[in-house]
Amino acid sequence: MELNLMVAGFGGQGVMMIGKLLSQAICDSTDYHVTFYPSYGAQQRGGTANCYVVAADDAVGSPKPSIVDQLIVMNDVSMVKFSPNVKSGGIIFTNSSLVKSGAGREDVTIVPIPVTEIAMELGSLKVLNIVMLGAYIGYTNLIDEDLVLDCILRLLGKKPEFIELNKTAFAKGLAEGRKAKAAHT
Amino acid sequence: MKKVFMKGCEAIAEAAVRAGARFYAGYPITPQNEIPEYMSRRMPQVGGVFLQGESEIASVTMVYGAGAGGTRAMTSSSSVGISLKSEGISYCAGARVPMVYVNMQRGGPGVGTIQAAQQDYFQATRASGNGGFKMIVLAPATVQEAVDMTYRAFDLAERDRNPVLILGDGVLGTIMEPVVLPEMKSDEEVAALKQKNRDWAIVGHSREEKRGFIDPGYWSTDMQEAHCVSLNEMYERWQREDVQVEELYLEDAELVFVAYGTSARIAKSALKLLRAEGHRVGMIRPLTVSPFPAASFDKIDYARCKCVLDIEMSIPAQMIYDVELALRERCAVETCLRSGGNLIERDDVVKKAHEILKGGVER
Amino acid sequence: MNAVYTRTKTLNGNLLGFCPGCMHGTVFKLIGEVLEELNIDGRTACILGIGCCGLAQEVVSYDLATAPHGRACAVASGLKRSNPDTVVFTYQGDGDLASIGLAETLHAANRGENITTIFINNGIYGMTGGQMAPTTLVGMKATTAPDGRDPGLHGYPLHMCEILNQLTAPVYLERVSCNNPANVRKTKNAIRKAFQNQLDGKGYSMVEVVTSCPTNWGLSPEKSLQFLEDNMLREFPLGVLRDR
Repeated sequence: MELNLMVAGFGGQGVMMIGKLLSQAICDSTDYHVTFYPSYGAQQRGGTANCYVVAADDAVGSPKPSIVDQLIVMNDVSMVKFSPNVKSGGIIFTNSSLVKSGAGREDVTIVPIPVTEIAMELGSLKVLNIVMLGAYIGYTNLIDEDLVLDCILRLLGKKPEFIELNKTAFAKGLAEGRKAKAAHT
Repeated sequence: MKKVFMKGCEAIAEAAVRAGARFYAGYPITPQNEIPEYMSRRMPQVGGVFLQGESEIASVTMVYGAGAGGTRAMTSSSSVGISLKSEGISYCAGARVPMVYVNMQRGGPGVGTIQAAQQDYFQATRASGNGGFKMIVLAPATVQEAVDMTYRAFDLAERDRNPVLILGDGVLGTIMEPVVLPEMKSDEEVAALKQKNRDWAIVGHSREEKRGFIDPGYWSTDMQEAHCVSLNEMYERWQREDVQVEELYLEDAELVFVAYGTSARIAKSALKLLRAEGHRVGMIRPLTVSPFPAASFDKIDYARCKCVLDIEMSIPAQMIYDVELALRERCAVETCLRSGGNLIERDDVVKKAHEILKGGVER
Repeated sequence: MNAVYTRTKTLNGNLLGFCPGCMHGTVFKLIGEVLEELNIDGRTACILGIGCCGLAQEVVSYDLATAPHGRACAVASGLKRSNPDTVVFTYQGDGDLASIGLAETLHAANRGENITTIFINNGIYGMTGGQMAPTTLVGMKATTAPDGRDPGLHGYPLHMCEILNQLTAPVYLERVSCNNPANVRKTKNAIRKAFQNQLDGKGYSMVEVVTSCPTNWGLSPEKSLQFLEDNMLREFPLGVLRDR
């Protein structure tokens, strides 16, 4: 197995948490080597944010590969900027509520998930990253969904209302991801 | 062994605590802020001391004071902050005060960039302060190595009564990786370690005892010279006994990579691709950049080897001087470099290797 | 015969290298007497600044470390925090404490470090040979102020007790001198109090001792005393600034 994933979006969209949760789940449930790299800059808020998850059977080389297999983009700017970095045959998961640009290329699969709208329907924009993580797992089936959910509940909101909200958001995303996968096969 | 998923900076801090560090002082600078932040939470839990100094200078000097009292002590910073610490580091080396410090390198010179670079190699291996002292400099490439090296660094520092440097970079400090943490030393073990230092530490000795005396200098030129001579004997002993290195495929290599830290992990992934393509590429990865693994270069078969490729995130290349000294002109040296906070790309290394192996390198 | 006065055992008999008329020797004697009287010399560590005070390294019997120039209070902070049972004091001159080490001094005082600082203020750099100090008086000549300290160029003398008195944490700040026997006795009392505060865990104490430097002032020891009384004490008035 070899995974090179980049997640990009606005600061505040929980971009880093998608990468962190996914890599934590890989660490907890598999023997893969996994590296999570949250790119950092000088800006504290309001800027763009991105991170990388690299996992492999063998030692991880660059934690920040210039070409990735998969890309999750949460806003339009990131789609324009980073879609050229996806290798041929790769997958781009987009927050279709905000991403209106296309990849401008035919050799990648686009998986559009309206996560901002879904999160708003669920009553909190805060969970849009959990919806996306659910969709990613639903589509890729990379690791067991229960293990990912376990990570979410362990690392995020300890308050009962957050637990329920995160569970619902993850389940909703999961269903959307599976639906998209079914449509592609 | 149970693995945990930890950020490089935090894993280093935890390894230090487990090794018995009970004093940490530091000053905020990116990309190592998670070390002081972690220590501020962790030290009080183990009866240790965390102090945020008013500057890097004060922080390293606090460590000098704590170390002079026999406590396992640590500081950390990044590049431009390390420059400020050089005064205190030189004092520790001169006065034989053990201490461990971390440099999570960023771009330079000056304030540079906050992203990862390897621009402080000269500083780390040649002149971490005035006076021409040397240190054991450990260069981890993964979070696990960073943890293991930090744990060991305190033993080395105490054995030699000398500073030990963990030379990382912004990537190592920032990434999260699975790691198996070393055993936590018990309170009794930590107390015993401190007690072992009591003879020389300035904890207060009665008039009947030999007093503790921490002196970074001498009034007598002959005494200072004798001190330098004895330090030099220690440096030479390191060269014989403390070199650590990873060597890959040196026996059949037509091209040998030399890289440390983050550059090395990327170079190694390039090596794997190239070997899979059938290219005979080897690698020397210094785990100690000081003492430098010069002897590894004697294991290369120069009848086969066309070239050594020095791979660093530094422009100009810095480690290349150690490489050239070790090579003694037995084959050509080429470089693959990035700088300014940009990482080495695996594909750039692969491309450069292809050029060299085809013989098409432009000088 | 009954001995009514002996040299403090904390001075080991090695020759003091200080110039005639210098007051470093007096202050080290007073510190030693206080440490003995409080019975703490066996658990005391001195953090020496850089400068003439370094000449005391080989003369005192108690534990000692030399700090980087100006950083004595940071060294003391690190030592005291990790060895709370050790009595820790810094001994620093004016260039050390008030110029290159101003930040370390202020911040240690501001953290209320439970240490004792003995600050020797003679208004000049001694060991390096008479350069201007942060406490050099206006108009006073120095090798780097050949026409005398010019406020337009160099600013004014720093008053460290008064500056530290702006902070909340310090518990004891007193300025004393050793220019006559009465003041020597007051200096000893101040030093005792500054150590007692530490033993009581009260926090940061500083005793500033206004002293002379005949060699670099270019005056005889006797004339130095006169200069001290006429000029230094006018700029740096003696007294307790804080005692909590």
